[in-house]
Amino acid sequence: MSALEPTTPSVPKRGWLSRPFALTLPALILLAAVIGYPLLTIVLRSLSEPQWGVQNYLWFFGAPVNLTVLQRTFVISAWVTIVCVVCAYPYAYLMTAVGPRARLVLVLCVLIPFWVSGVVRTLSWVILLQDSGVINSLLRAAGFDSIRLIRTQTGVVIGMAQVLLPFMILPLYSVMKGIDLRLMRAAQSLGARPSRAFFTVYLPLSLPGVYAGAIIVFILALGFYITPALLGGPRSTMLSTLVQTQVLSLLQWGRGGAMGVVLLVTTFVLLALAAPVMRSRYREAGRR
Amino acid sequence: MEMKPLTRVILGLVCLLVAIWLVAPMLVVVPMSFNENKSLAFPPQGFSWQWYQNFFTNPDWMSSFLNSVKVASIVAALATVLGTLAAFGLDRMKARPANLLRMLMLTPMVVPGVVLAIGIYAVYLDAHLVGTLTGFVLAHTILALPFVLIAVSASLEVFDRRLETAAASLGAGALTAFRTVTLPLILPGILSGLLFAFATSFDEIVVSLFITNPYLKTLPVQIFSSITRDADPTVAAVGTILLLATTILIGGGMLLLGRERKGPQ
Repeated sequence: MSALEPTTPSVPKRGWLSRPFALTLPALILLAAVIGYPLLTIVLRSLSEPQWGVQNYLWFFGAPVNLTVLQRTFVISAWVTIVCVVCAYPYAYLMTAVGPRARLVLVLCVLIPFWVSGVVRTLSWVILLQDSGVINSLLRAAGFDSIRLIRTQTGVVIGMAQVLLPFMILPLYSVMKGIDLRLMRAAQSLGARPSRAFFTVYLPLSLPGVYAGAIIVFILALGFYITPALLGGPRSTMLSTLVQTQVLSLLQWGRGGAMGVVLLVTTFVLLALAAPVMRSRYREAGRR
Repeated sequence: MEMKPLTRVILGLVCLLVAIWLVAPMLVVVPMSFNENKSLAFPPQGFSWQWYQNFFTNPDWMSSFLNSVKVASIVAALATVLGTLAAFGLDRMKARPANLLRMLMLTPMVVPGVVLAIGIYAVYLDAHLVGTLTGFVLAHTILALPFVLIAVSASLEVFDRRLETAAASLGAGALTAFRTVTLPLILPGILSGLLFAFATSFDEIVVSLFITNPYLKTLPVQIFSSITRDADPTVAAVGTILLLATTILIGGGMLLLGRERKGPQ
């Protein structure tokens, strides 16, 4: 087939298919109107309300309570990412190691929660973690004291990690699927013990998946709103909730906007930092 | 990979725990939905269908459900058309501008929900779009667009462009070639994009919470406000229905796909 390629005539260029940019135009216009313009509005408001200047940013970085929340947002997101990596790694590995029927079950266990509405999943965690919830009822029935789970940081981390776990498992699985297991056998035939073969061969090859999943999970966790709002309390407030309070309750568009811009810039900086690392890792993995 | 039996057992146990952690929490809504008392406290008391009845008869719940179906259907159609067109455009562009535009079109996936929500809310307040069908459709379409773009681009990547050339050499116009050759081959990608777009809109909550008003609520907004307002087990009934519908759709779809793939061999 490929030998014929140079001689085949190219598609005659006519009609709308010949102007590729025109095809993307409707999507781009909508993007500019519903994403670009609103984000620009927020940036402008953060700099102009109540008057022009950077006072909203000075306020944000000057108030200890804001910095506490900013730091907490990072800490919670980091914990969620760690929990996701630790749980997803063996799970994704098992998905590559079992037969087709068992794999279908494992895939369904990831995909069904992935597709079930996030609000419903958070509702389940409210029912499980609340003071009169499933976990505390079982603890009391077993004769233990009940523990506080809802409105704590632990509760927020447990709920968020469960909601975000599929975003870690799926990229990890797609990378692990491509790893040639004969490399492990080769390492072992050369005298490496299984654990050594794992740490020197398999783990490095699977790292691109870990990076990709961890970045996605961390970024999504930074902006999480629903789960912390329903499972968290005043001591586990995250940045998103603070933004919402400033805008909807206090009508402080400038301050809320400044917080939003900080969140937005953090997200894009992380993405920009991660993109080259991930790309070069992928290339390395491909070369080996 | 050769594993010691002990390693194998530990791995299996860990994965079993993870699978339970993924799936089991959702199931807790099922017993709660048959509660006799108006409470979400565990364990539920007695047995009753009243919360299902409430969902189907209470105008608040029914109208929000119908709103969600309406918005998600329009969004699915709109996002699929726009996303498919864009995917075609990017596929036929030079690599550099295509990559740049693709990144731009994927931004709705990474912009933190609340930041986008206050931005859209600010613009909608000025444009009188808060609590309108148009407002919901526009916001949800832009959030659904990346999923359509990814799904259609993936099937365009494996599509052999020479087939279009062959059709053209046999005298088909560009539109005929598209309709009879290209479209049928990339249809699976378009359909999965459609499904993703519908689900994205049907589940969307953060932006919806900001642009909603008492006259137009979607189902997730109604669920959220019900959870924060009181312990009405109707949310558990709705959760059970959604859980069941999702399981049937995904499970059935995967079984069908698996059978089709096995079929011809």
